[in-house]
Amino acid sequence: MTTETPKPSSVEIDAVKVTLADSLVGVALEWSEFRDQYRVVFPATELLKCLNAFKSAGFEQLSDLTAVDLLEYSNATDRFEIVYCLLNVDTGLRMIAKTYLNEPDLTIPSATSVWSGADWLEREVYDMYGILFSGHPNFKRLLLPQEFQSFPMRKDYPVKGRGERHNFPVITRAES
Amino acid sequence: MPLELLESPDLNANQREGLWTLNFGPQHPATHTTLRLVLQLDGEMVIDAEPDIGFLHSGFEKLGEVLDFNQYVTIVDRMNYISPMANEIAWHHAVEKLLGIDLTPRCKYIRTIFAELMRIHDHLLCLGTCVLDLGGATAFMYAFNEREAIYEICERASGQRFHTSYTRVGGLLYDVTDDWVTMVRDFVRNFPKVYRDFSGLLMKNRIFVERTRDVGVLSREEAIAGGATGPVARASGVVRDLRRDEPYLAYEDFDFDVCASQGGDCYARFQVRMMEMLESIKIIEQAVENIPAGPIFAAGTGKESMPDKREVYRSIEGLIHHFESVMPNRQMQAPKESVYAATESPNGELGYYIVGDGSFRAYRARTRPPSLLHFSLFSRMMRGCMLSDVVAVLGSINIIAAELDR
Repeated sequence: MTTETPKPSSVEIDAVKVTLADSLVGVALEWSEFRDQYRVVFPATELLKCLNAFKSAGFEQLSDLTAVDLLEYSNATDRFEIVYCLLNVDTGLRMIAKTYLNEPDLTIPSATSVWSGADWLEREVYDMYGILFSGHPNFKRLLLPQEFQSFPMRKDYPVKGRGERHNFPVITRAES
Repeated sequence: MPLELLESPDLNANQREGLWTLNFGPQHPATHTTLRLVLQLDGEMVIDAEPDIGFLHSGFEKLGEVLDFNQYVTIVDRMNYISPMANEIAWHHAVEKLLGIDLTPRCKYIRTIFAELMRIHDHLLCLGTCVLDLGGATAFMYAFNEREAIYEICERASGQRFHTSYTRVGGLLYDVTDDWVTMVRDFVRNFPKVYRDFSGLLMKNRIFVERTRDVGVLSREEAIAGGATGPVARASGVVRDLRRDEPYLAYEDFDFDVCASQGGDCYARFQVRMMEMLESIKIIEQAVENIPAGPIFAAGTGKESMPDKREVYRSIEGLIHHFESVMPNRQMQAPKESVYAATESPNGELGYYIVGDGSFRAYRARTRPPSLLHFSLFSRMMRGCMLSDVVAVLGSINIIAAELDR
């Protein structure tokens, strides 16, 4: 049986694991791999510390920031999953960092101080899931109207129904 | 006025009095679709530009959780409708990564040709309409004439000019025919001549150059931190192209260059787009002459993918296969995992984050639209620009509101 040479990305991620183990002493990181993608779950209590450590480990770009509502996901123990897709621009290494959040406290620190690109992405997550990001410079809804009451990407928001039109105030021509 | 003067705090405080607010859009010819900018102006100088988006929000991502992997393709090609097939290829690229499907060589080549045609399609519109906004109508006509040829190639392959819905999980709706190959060959042969005319009208046009050079500058650091990708990042000196760095489809087989520039201004972004069109032609030329024979659907248990349409109409097995592939209890099951997969779409990195829940539907289908991150950099690019530069910057980052708002 021939020994396979390790993929370049697996060598790189091992180096990242060592760096993170040094910079995040005492923080429980949970690593996994699926279809050549590396994923790490980190505790939400240490969010900013972890994100800064990820950036120092070479992940200079935040490719994507999103959330998943795990309400109807089988065997899920948490309500929300916050996903940070990170990219090392020089080596092309990707890492998906995840953390879990539960009601009633849906506030996490904003990542805008780490990656400026998190600005609109966080506003969209708030818009769709109602997760609050503290320390965000311009925190308001991104896509939906400011008066909107609900968070439509949550799983308990129906796909079918009358719509939201009746919830908006009617402004007559005289009032406008 | 120099930039440092504008940023000095006391001058700003004095000038605040005379500022006025201008609503740019949502109905304005230069926004192309519906997006709104709130501009703070000091005379003609833009002090602050705040984008207000969401006019075209239609809940695409919510629909992605209701429709199955094949049905949702009709929605994704309505996102960036300037290059519909590029969205479809990106979506099914992510789905196939989740399901672990390996495409056949023929399917890979056809998808690569279409992905590159879409790049030309998108860049032609971006350049053509921007120069129209800046006052030059001729180059726009040249661009749209070539786009028509690409529409016809799409129509021949899929039966649809615009919203093609051509890709399927593990394959394509129809196989291509010999006359399709001839059409692509003709396009490849004719394009360089049109390109020369177009390029002469555009990149050597003094008015165009003066209105785009040193306008809307984005530095390399800002581009990386802000999440810029594609031509916008490459124009700022970030030499990164997913086709080269994370090869997907058949890109490994072809010889092409990654185009980049150091300028970071609007002109550099247009220049990168112009150069990329020639590289795309190079790829198409290599691909169309070497399309491998064989099936277009990935081999497997037969459950993964839709059967060939001709099989469905001509044989009972094909019909049964087709029925099974649309019945929820007979469909293939996605693993209970999540993937993030991205392709180099004309506008930049178009990624999908898909969570599978054991059915043939996505539990969560997140789109990472390149336009969204580019547009969030807009106010940064507008620093120190004039009101008339708004359309140049807006055109150079190629904002597609349907993709922006989803």
